[in-house]
Amino acid sequence: MNISFWLNGVCVSGEAEPDTLLLDFLRQKGCYSVKRGCETANCGLCTVLMDGKPVLSCSVLAVRAEGHKIITLEGMQKEAEEFGSFLADEGAEQCGFCNPGFIMNVFAMLKEIPDPTEEEIREYLSGNLCRCSGFVGQTRSILKFLQYKKAQKEGEE
Amino acid sequence: MKYVNQPVRKSDAMSLVTGKPVYTDDLVPKDCLIVKILRSPYANAWIEDIRTGTAAQVSGIACVFTYKDVPQKRFTLAGQTYPEMSPYDRLILDRHVRFVGDAVAIVAGETEAAVDKALKRIKVKYRVEEPVLDIHTAMDHKTLVHPEGNWESKVPVGADNKRNLCASYTEESGNVEELLAQCKYTVDQVYHTKANQQAMMETFRSYCYMDHFGRLNVVSSTQIPFHVRRILGTALDIPSSKIRVIKPRIGGGFGAKQTAVSDVYPAFVTWKTGRPCKLVYSRYESQICSSPRHEMEIRVRAGADENGIVRVLDVYSLSNTGAYGEHGPTTVSLSGHKSIALYRHLEAYRFAYDVVYTNMQAAGAYRGYGATQGIFAVESAVNELAAQMHMDPVKIRELNMPLEGGPLPGYPDSPYATSCAMDQCMVRAKEMMDWDAKYPCRDMGNGKVRGVGVAMAMQGSSIAGVDVGGADLKLNEDGSYTLGLGCTDMGTGCDTIMAQIAAECLETSMENIVVFGVDTDISPYDSGSYASATTYTTGVAVMHACEALREKICALGAAMLDAEKAQVDFDGEYVYSSDKKVSLREIAVKGTCGNTQELQVTRSHSSQISPPPYMVGMAEVEIDKETGSVKVLDYVAVADCGTPINPNLARVQTEGGIAQGIGMALYEDVQYSEKGAVRNNSFMQYKIPSRMDIGSIRVDFRSSYEETGPFGAKSIGELVIDTPSPAIANAIYNAVGVRARELPITPEKIAMGILEQEERE
Ligand code: FES
Ligand code: FES
Repeated sequence: MNISFWLNGVCVSGEAEPDTLLLDFLRQKGCYSVKRGCETANCGLCTVLMDGKPVLSCSVLAVRAEGHKIITLEGMQKEAEEFGSFLADEGAEQCGFCNPGFIMNVFAMLKEIPDPTEEEIREYLSGNLCRCSGFVGQTRSILKFLQYKKAQKEGEE
Repeated sequence: MKYVNQPVRKSDAMSLVTGKPVYTDDLVPKDCLIVKILRSPYANAWIEDIRTGTAAQVSGIACVFTYKDVPQKRFTLAGQTYPEMSPYDRLILDRHVRFVGDAVAIVAGETEAAVDKALKRIKVKYRVEEPVLDIHTAMDHKTLVHPEGNWESKVPVGADNKRNLCASYTEESGNVEELLAQCKYTVDQVYHTKANQQAMMETFRSYCYMDHFGRLNVVSSTQIPFHVRRILGTALDIPSSKIRVIKPRIGGGFGAKQTAVSDVYPAFVTWKTGRPCKLVYSRYESQICSSPRHEMEIRVRAGADENGIVRVLDVYSLSNTGAYGEHGPTTVSLSGHKSIALYRHLEAYRFAYDVVYTNMQAAGAYRGYGATQGIFAVESAVNELAAQMHMDPVKIRELNMPLEGGPLPGYPDSPYATSCAMDQCMVRAKEMMDWDAKYPCRDMGNGKVRGVGVAMAMQGSSIAGVDVGGADLKLNEDGSYTLGLGCTDMGTGCDTIMAQIAAECLETSMENIVVFGVDTDISPYDSGSYASATTYTTGVAVMHACEALREKICALGAAMLDAEKAQVDFDGEYVYSSDKKVSLREIAVKGTCGNTQELQVTRSHSSQISPPPYMVGMAEVEIDKETGSVKVLDYVAVADCGTPINPNLARVQTEGGIAQGIGMALYEDVQYSEKGAVRNNSFMQYKIPSRMDIGSIRVDFRSSYEETGPFGAKSIGELVIDTPSPAIANAIYNAVGVRARELPITPEKIAMGILEQEERE
């Protein structure tokens, strides 16, 4: 069937089978940042935003996206660069394969909890696995990013 | 130094964090066939009959292959230098299937749906035989995992397929029995480590296509491009010159991709059909038919005198290589060589092993490569010795640890410690953990007890006299350099580390160095990234290439200045003689016009020794005495990896390795049903640590200087997974008095241990 939705601010449409997963559809549409790490909704690599909320695109049927707004990392390049540079400065981007899903969820978290504690960070991101970094470098990068954002805001005020 | 020992950002970082399409499956040609494998439901069976006719008729199917279609020469998938120590015991497809998940047929088609449909239509009749599923009875079992006549072990490692033996060996120095009899304190225990999955986030995958010269091009997520080229040549029975292997960015490896787990299937399809194809393993396949850590059962006998000097160690390892022998003979050797050497006063030691075939998924290389298993056993045994003599486990290590210039017993690859700061690592770790205040435990008064534990570890840096690192360096017309590499960055950052070394040696900026790798047609030969070799071995090749290219730049510069070469100097920007100078850019341009002196060099390097990096790990755990549940609150690691070329990357490697080690210690265990099927075949059942499971991990470095390494560097990548299991086991003992000799240390085991203790009291 034909479906259409907003992908990174642009209306896209295409053919999808009833069982096509959003993840596969997004990759077909060129959003290669969306990665698959499992088949059981356990890894978080496939995280994208649907109407501003994080969803696992491996567990959402493509047809479900009909009429909705989907954002992938391709649609948040500036933000990805800004936060990503903090991740990179810790060396915590490592293999990078988990980064897109992780970063999408970081953005979702910061929208919901603008000033999270370390505990809140862990909890919110607990579904985002990473086998390379041991997580603590990722946490450092988030905390440093928050500090930077705060300083930026104070500078503006 | 400007770049070395600096926390430089990785050169590829920004494309990774912005999600650019740089991995294998992001790059496949649009018209790729999809390849999938039909897998055996039985642990040991023979294909009596296989019918593929109706499968091949499914619309969109390009080919269906069975054992009847493949070359009959055996090979190994192990990524090792030729001749491989691993036995040649595989075919692409075999009539005899040897574990649940073994390949039965290959199907390639235009869509996934068509391939799935065809897979269901293949009709196989099996003759099922009794499988070997217990390591204790595997040797000389009446069932042979490899009864075939053309099984071959290319190197004498004590292998015998008629006994289910993949390797067997004994070495002894001094009189072990006599010394054990003399020692006031002795331990004789068996420790059991389980198979673990590397669980890198990007599963095994590759795609293939034919080029305009009729050559097979393979783009693979691999740690071993040059070995893959050779392995495919053997497997497909075609000259390796017909094969080109390219490695793009990789989503993690940890040793898993030191075995060519999945490359043979798509390579065979493209070679046979001429059509491009790809194979991407599902997580399910990555759990049931890949290359996990060797399960080992290790008996340790240790003896110490009344002063706490460890005088004798006897280590026997029984290792489970599964259905195929990849890395079987080699991983096991590290279980003794990297653990016995931690005790410098040994007057005698014995190390023996048997590696057995079973009808379980083949094991492979996983970070630590056998050292991890051996160090868990020996460090645990020494902790038991310390407990017997009522000695602080830190103290017994202070008395016995390797010291710079001192011996490394039973470690032939570096008989003495050329560089070693283990003592400083211990001092620093104690301080960071506040060991003296926390040892052995603190009752928190709410049914919870906190305990601390300690372990030491060492690894190697490359395989001595074997591993080859390569660097190809050229000066470009614009004054920039291109550094061609054959080592495989898998997220570890070696492309950046090599650029740091080159920038330092060439006195130029990192931005002025383009790193290229890996393409077997173009890159210099390199064994690949494994055995903790890359920084240590390839790093030196890069240094040598830089020195040689500087010479060439000076020579051409001198000619341009009408000076003698001996009279000029190069500062990275200009070549000077006494009063004149010529810029690098001018020299580079000169190199492109009327020039007969190539501004390009290739250097290979191999080290005759394998100097160990060292580490002390300390864990603080909290145990709920009621439920046995355990939390690692804090992990302190202090490493001596020589000079950390990039302290940030060394730190994150360490943090990541410790997190994996915590998984190994507490959760991870590849389990099988009575029929031999993997039980935990997804991330739902096979739990790797999430960020909720990791408390704080604090890392510091105490650096020795290794003369044979680049700028004093040794390795870091594997070492870091070795301490968590023994340190956590020790912390648990110190908290509640329960000795865990089998991994993973689950809450059940702790709770049962506490119960047994109470019953005894
Ligand atoms: S792919 Fe693992 S959660 Fe979606
Ligand atoms: S960086 Fe490799 S999995 Fe997270």
